[in-house]
Amino acid sequence: MSLHAHLVVERPGFRLDVELRAAAGEVVALLGPNGAGKTTALRGLAGLTPLNGGRVELDGAQVHRLPPERRRIGVVFQDYLLFPHLSALDNVAFGPRCQGLRRAAARRVAADLLDRVGLAGHAHARPAHLSGGQAQRVALARALAVRPRLLLLDEPLAALDAHTRLEIRAELRRHLAAFDGATVLVTHDPLDAMVLAHRLVVVENGAVVQTGTPGEIARHPRTDYVARLVGLNLYRGEADGNHVAVGEVRFSSAERLAGPAFVAFPPSAVALYRTRPDGSPRNLWKATIDGIERHGDNVRVHLHGPIALAADVTPSAAADLDLTPGQEVWAAVKATETHVYPA
Amino acid sequence: MLTRLSLAAVLASVLCLTACGSSSGTAAPASAGGGSPSLTVFAAASLTETFTELGRQFESTHSGTKVTFNFGSSATLAQQVTQGAPADIFAAASPATMKTVTDAGLASAPTVFVRNTLQIAVPEDNPAKVASLEDLTDPKVKVALCAEQVPCGAAAVKALDAAGVKVTPVTLEQDVKATLTKVRLGEVDAALVYRTDVIASGGKVRGIDFPEAGQAVNDYPIAALTKAPAPDLARQFVDLVLSQQGRDVLTKAGFQAP
Amino acid sequence: MPWPLLVPALVGLAFLVLPLAGLLARAPWQSLPQRLAEPLVLEALRLSLVTATIATAVCLLLGVPLAWLLARTTLPGRRVLRALVTVPLVLPPVVGGVALLLVLGRRGLAGQWLYDAFGVSLPFTTTGVVVAEAFVAMPFLVIAVEGALRAADQRYEEAAATLGASRWTVFRRVTLPMVAPGVLAGAVLCWARALGEFGATITFAGNFPGRTQTMPLAVYLALETDPDAAIVLSLVLLAVSVIVLAGLRDRWTGTA
Repeated sequence: MSLHAHLVVERPGFRLDVELRAAAGEVVALLGPNGAGKTTALRGLAGLTPLNGGRVELDGAQVHRLPPERRRIGVVFQDYLLFPHLSALDNVAFGPRCQGLRRAAARRVAADLLDRVGLAGHAHARPAHLSGGQAQRVALARALAVRPRLLLLDEPLAALDAHTRLEIRAELRRHLAAFDGATVLVTHDPLDAMVLAHRLVVVENGAVVQTGTPGEIARHPRTDYVARLVGLNLYRGEADGNHVAVGEVRFSSAERLAGPAFVAFPPSAVALYRTRPDGSPRNLWKATIDGIERHGDNVRVHLHGPIALAADVTPSAAADLDLTPGQEVWAAVKATETHVYPA
Repeated sequence: MLTRLSLAAVLASVLCLTACGSSSGTAAPASAGGGSPSLTVFAAASLTETFTELGRQFESTHSGTKVTFNFGSSATLAQQVTQGAPADIFAAASPATMKTVTDAGLASAPTVFVRNTLQIAVPEDNPAKVASLEDLTDPKVKVALCAEQVPCGAAAVKALDAAGVKVTPVTLEQDVKATLTKVRLGEVDAALVYRTDVIASGGKVRGIDFPEAGQAVNDYPIAALTKAPAPDLARQFVDLVLSQQGRDVLTKAGFQAP
Repeated sequence: MPWPLLVPALVGLAFLVLPLAGLLARAPWQSLPQRLAEPLVLEALRLSLVTATIATAVCLLLGVPLAWLLARTTLPGRRVLRALVTVPLVLPPVVGGVALLLVLGRRGLAGQWLYDAFGVSLPFTTTGVVVAEAFVAMPFLVIAVEGALRAADQRYEEAAATLGASRWTVFRRVTLPMVAPGVLAGAVLCWARALGEFGATITFAGNFPGRTQTMPLAVYLALETDPDAAIVLSLVLLAVSVIVLAGLRDRWTGTA
């Protein structure tokens, strides 16, 4: 049960044009900032937003001309949209009923699914009496109850508080692993995407800017948005042998490269000095402190200069350096922690 | 006591909304015109056309006088008069309704000024080929009568009884105009209504005389009210109605002299 | 409590309630039991309840789909259509009755055909009463249901569609239950309006005891000769409607 889709949706001032593939059993996350067109893409797949072009194929069969009710694509909506007038059990039984099952049979299917998501005890509760996490699980059970060919999840964890999120995320990962169809998940949270998906498709302004496994994307971001998401400093420059020039700053690189290239390194790879350090003049430049904030156990320092930069230093180092905004410092990046790759 | 008070309060506020522009809450229409004399006539609905005409004539001979009419069902008007409505004259379509006013001591010595008789009214094309009261007994003929509670209904019952004819109407209408409308639209094949109403319909409805109509003649009494705000004008208007001039207007409309 | 609200509120309340107090104060309590037992009263009451209920059912059957059409489709001229739906609200009921006669009467545009083809004539029948009441009361239902449909979150309908529900199933199992309170409110208004209907009924269906004489018609005619009887009839109508409406509110909408 594989998905192969090309979605084109045009609106005044916005155009979505996205290629999407997902193999059976694969979880693909559509990752992107708000307004990138992720949800529109999802609605296009489900048939809730008409396509202006392209196609949607499930196992090679075209479904994009079918109305949503005939696509057999399960959707877990962002705020779940459980029918408020039906119990949890009847919410889950709704799909099987529509597929022609008798009420008793549909309820058996539903009860089984609720049991699997650990909500057997809440079968007769109305959605208004379920917690956020419970509602999320009912929504998942409801979407799975139609034995969908493709499962779509729109920001499945966005409506949950931080604590519940942790728990549900792990659980959702388990349920998705057990699902044998293709899954497409929309999220703006990189952690959700990294934990839940096998492959990420990054969408910005209606277009795919990068695809790859979470690892690939985390190591080699290709846009500022992705770099910020994965917590890396990212620059685009010109490679010339073992060097990459980003404006005035020259980075050394382990690989030999030529032409446009990306340079990426984590904030922790940056060292700050009050005076120019001795030794290698490479990967070293003068920068001005914009701001300082706590970041986990460390202190994150935002700097500007020839290039904008985030640096993480330990609190004791920050105290020793006596860092204050507006102050000029020397910034150096360890060559071993710099990733250079073709743009 | 409480009920009286609350009712009075409601009535007073309603009256004040409709009638009083001045500081006085008891202003009668007679003095509402700001000096110019005015006359208020309560008259049965069937007198609408004729009395409006007579009112115009009265105004032309009494320059500056304003005649105001309240046309309606006689029973309703009688009730309004007994509840203290500020009228000068009451002209009813039946002696019974006049009696409620005289019994209340609000009028004395009413005079019958015209009589009205019934006719069978049929649509212009007379689809059921009605020619006599007898024809109305045919169950296929749809007949409308006035409800017995209103004068034309009482008269119809009297006429039918006199003729020894039993008619099952499809409807008992709330007033003679409504009854006539049903004939006019062809919804019923025949109805018993006043002659004057047939004439007033201007040829849209045909009237058929029947001999028993003489058994159910309806007398129209008129009286100046004892509490009339303008008693002199009231007497003069009653005189006009009873004069030859008044009679001419009324007979032209189909009324008969008493 | 701010007095600019409180004072008009109390005046408004008094304005609505005092006339009722008047009716109660003037009611002939002694003769009440025997007047109530009169067959004419019971007949009119029965007819009123039956016709108002059937008229409400008719309004539900036709009005809910109409409300859906107005709320959920993009018909051209929908605005005009919505205005037309409210015509019976502004039309004097008597005129409404005449209009019904012109269309459904024995010689009316459609009525003529009905009469020639099936020998059916609506005026002066109980069915005619239902037609007149439904005509006048339907806008109340349509407006209430349309409002509820507009306020309802359509994404639930989308969710139902992704679960395989056809348009009709979506309407039946999701849309309708979600707007049920609006439908109920509309039906109650509709029923109350039908129960009190006078002008269109007497004009279109006429007045005949047991067949077309509903309570309001009986009240009107009683007023001509016997105001006490009219007051009794009005009180009965009032009591029955208050009991039914209060009962419905408590039971079905949970708001006391």
